[in-house]
Amino acid sequence: MATAEELDCRHLLCPLPVIRTQARVARMAVGAELQVVVTDPGALEDIPAWCRVHGHEVVATEAAGDEQRIRIRVGGG
Amino acid sequence: MLAARVVQDHGVHVEGINFYTGFCVEGHTHAIRSKDQQRPKRNNALWVAEQLGMPLHIVDVIEEYKEVLPRPRYGYGANLNPCLDCKVFMVGKAREWMEANGFDFIVTGEVIGQRPKSQTRDKLPVINRDAGVEDLLLRPLSAKLLEPTRPEREGWVDRERLFELHGRSRKPQFALARELGIEAWAQPAGGCCFLTDATYSAKLADLWQARGSREYDLDDIMLLKVGRHLRPRDHFKLIIAREAGETRFLQGYKRRYPHLRTTSHGGPVALIDGDWNEHDLELAARLVARYSSGRHAERVELEFEDTEGRVRPLSVPPMASDCVPDAWYVGGDHGDS
Ligand code: SF4
Repeated sequence: MATAEELDCRHLLCPLPVIRTQARVARMAVGAELQVVVTDPGALEDIPAWCRVHGHEVVATEAAGDEQRIRIRVGGG
Repeated sequence: MLAARVVQDHGVHVEGINFYTGFCVEGHTHAIRSKDQQRPKRNNALWVAEQLGMPLHIVDVIEEYKEVLPRPRYGYGANLNPCLDCKVFMVGKAREWMEANGFDFIVTGEVIGQRPKSQTRDKLPVINRDAGVEDLLLRPLSAKLLEPTRPEREGWVDRERLFELHGRSRKPQFALARELGIEAWAQPAGGCCFLTDATYSAKLADLWQARGSREYDLDDIMLLKVGRHLRPRDHFKLIIAREAGETRFLQGYKRRYPHLRTTSHGGPVALIDGDWNEHDLELAARLVARYSSGRHAERVELEFEDTEGRVRPLSVPPMASDCVPDAWYVGGDHGDS
């Protein structure tokens, strides 16, 4: 698996995790991966929805306690 | 949603912009309160974008909005909602975005006369003028009742296929949605922002009054959405969690606000905001005890923790509920909902 950059969005409420993800992805190359760490369960809906409308791919989501990790592969947009 | 769809049907590539002021209703309270966890947590704007197959950009305007809200040029609506100034601001931001990203014009879903203050026929030109968009703002739902804009004159869209909706009734919009084959239609009838809410506005007004200034930060306005807010003295207030989800949320603020928690009985966490003194602390503890399961006990033990993490025990008789004056509940909100 490619190494992913990590973005810490813990304790941020939606839509802030989406906004941060959007800003980070804008600076990343197509095919690169980003792991977003969130605590607001709403982000589990919003980040994948944001990815779908922008053509990015959610490769994995995993929960660890109160935290969720969403791994995104940047698409061609 | 309808306006974007109408313009898409003219073969125009449309992208959505959603501005996040910090007051938007989306998400927060759902995420905080356990009892709301079952509700759908989707972000409406994203959901709409997905239905329409268009990219959506969520733009953080929290900082800039602090200049809009405190002193709106055109005043407030029924509560602390500065709708006209807010629209001027957002359309102005949309214009900046349009210019920076090579787009040609802006579309909004405004309908003449739909909102009493900010969408009357004479207010719409104010938005164009103050936001500096002149004739690059298309309102497809009411376009036929307005002067032709540049997108119409240039033939980017066909004016004949635009609409002449007006007035408060939403029925024509529902009919149009059906016609366009939009089944599930997410258009909140009221505001989509907490500033249109009377109780929320009263809490914000109370915060401004207590601070003697209209400044705020994101944490302040988030906390107004959470817990019971009681102001027993002018110089301090308590934010008392109503349930486990709120307790978890408030615990996230314990390095910013001193807080109280019950130890002898199950009970909420409460933050103390203001310039309290020793005497106030006892009063605060008695109020928190009143909301714990020890409310009928002789005494309730609590811990007070300051922002440095220093902990001190307290023992107080809980306050009887009929001793809590109504006026202490900020905005008259007992927080029982
Ligand atoms: S309801 Fe809120 S977001 Fe909408 S225009 Fe009024 S102040 Fe702005």
